[in-house]
Amino acid sequence: MIKLQLPVSEQAIRELKIGDEIGISGLMVTARDAAHKYIHENWPDWLNPIMENGMIYHCGPVVKQHEDGSWSFVAAGPTTSIREEPYQAAIMEHYKVRAVIGKGGMGEKTLAGLAKSGGVYLHAIGGLAASLAKCVVKVHDVYMLEELGVPEAFWHIEVKDFPAVVTMDSHGGSLHKSIKAKSDEVAKKLIFG
Amino acid sequence: MFKYDEGVLKAQLLELIRLAATDLPKDVVDSIKAAQQNEPPDSAAHNVFGMLLKNVELARNESIPICQDTGTNIYLVHIPEGISMRKLTALILESTSEAVDKSYLRPNAVDSITGKNSGNNIGEGQPFIHFEEWDNDFIEFNLMLKGGGCENVSTQYKLPDVGLDAGRDLDGVYKVIVDAVNEAQGLGCAPGILGIGIGGDRTSSHQTAKNQLFRKLPDTNSNPELAQLETKLLINLNKLGVGPMGFGGKTTVLGVKMGAMHRLPASFFVSVSYMCWAYRRHSMIVKAGGEVSYD
Repeated sequence: MIKLQLPVSEQAIRELKIGDEIGISGLMVTARDAAHKYIHENWPDWLNPIMENGMIYHCGPVVKQHEDGSWSFVAAGPTTSIREEPYQAAIMEHYKVRAVIGKGGMGEKTLAGLAKSGGVYLHAIGGLAASLAKCVVKVHDVYMLEELGVPEAFWHIEVKDFPAVVTMDSHGGSLHKSIKAKSDEVAKKLIFG
Repeated sequence: MFKYDEGVLKAQLLELIRLAATDLPKDVVDSIKAAQQNEPPDSAAHNVFGMLLKNVELARNESIPICQDTGTNIYLVHIPEGISMRKLTALILESTSEAVDKSYLRPNAVDSITGKNSGNNIGEGQPFIHFEEWDNDFIEFNLMLKGGGCENVSTQYKLPDVGLDAGRDLDGVYKVIVDAVNEAQGLGCAPGILGIGIGGDRTSSHQTAKNQLFRKLPDTNSNPELAQLETKLLINLNKLGVGPMGFGGKTTVLGVKMGAMHRLPASFFVSVSYMCWAYRRHSMIVKAGGEVSYD
């Protein structure tokens, strides 16, 4: 297990290879469908300090608000990442984001972007929401809650030992591509004999 | 005449939602345990299954949603003659909103035109509630939570499909299902459970597919030809090597459940409803007098 403390340097990220198991600690931000669309249309400056050398978590949590107004994460596993394919590479490059955490992997455009700007794709386990919420030790802030709603707001969170696996690296490696190539072969035999 | 107390039934419905969101059914847990045993001890697949099982236990012990995507809430309700569907719907909606307040459900209903989240998981068509009248003198509520990731990889084919060499027969059905699961890879949170609808029209075909997911994993199809095809698919789909989360492994699907409807001579639809491993469904029976049991 490789421990990563956020913010993280481009150099440290470029050393990672597919298959590496990572434990992440520090501050990161959630952003999913509506948030990515919003960023891509507005490129807001207020995200700079939150994103630079940091990580985006594709997650729409179940949350709980306490009487003093503070929040905690109740359930918070990853959502499917491929929907952010149109935006991801450009956003990572613009804000110097070092990793996105999600599930299911992403496509060629993101893979090329990871190599160019120095980033990795980290796969968290889908449906591990109760366990992963325990790794979110503090909710620091929430942005655009009113406009985007609970699942799609930007949640600025502090995590401790958040587990993920590198499935796409900055050297062109993608576990998703190699698994798909193998299963395509099997499927072809099953279908066409 | 069947009577119930509204306050009592509302609380019972809230408990059904809590169970559905936080307590993975035994047949699904058993199936995941068996899949784990089938993988080499230090493999990625074995480890992933171990984490899933730990998460299931944590969610159950602390009443936390297994998955943050508490999905489309799909109700299939069987009612005796004379029960008002309108009143039961109102109670289901009240319990839904309360379940959001208790963090059992995520506010999951987004207005497709304005993009606004309703905040209480209630909106047009959400929850989805289907009623059927039956001869029994009690009410049965079946509830399934189906997340967006797996719904997005669900799909529909029409036969013939030239590209897949799939004709208008069960062999053609088999071929398109192999294609659907191969295309889904790990995106729908594999290993998946497939509900298959054969025939019908565009809508009823998908509905048939979804209804299959209310069946228990170890059951056997009452139609011998479909029973045989379910078994064949289960064996062959697990040769694809997609594995849990698409990390590779011997288990790509945990179950295949098929149903068929009559079709028009011109149409031959095959619908694939892909359910994620977090296969959340529970049922509740309410008898006259308020006696309740959950499964």
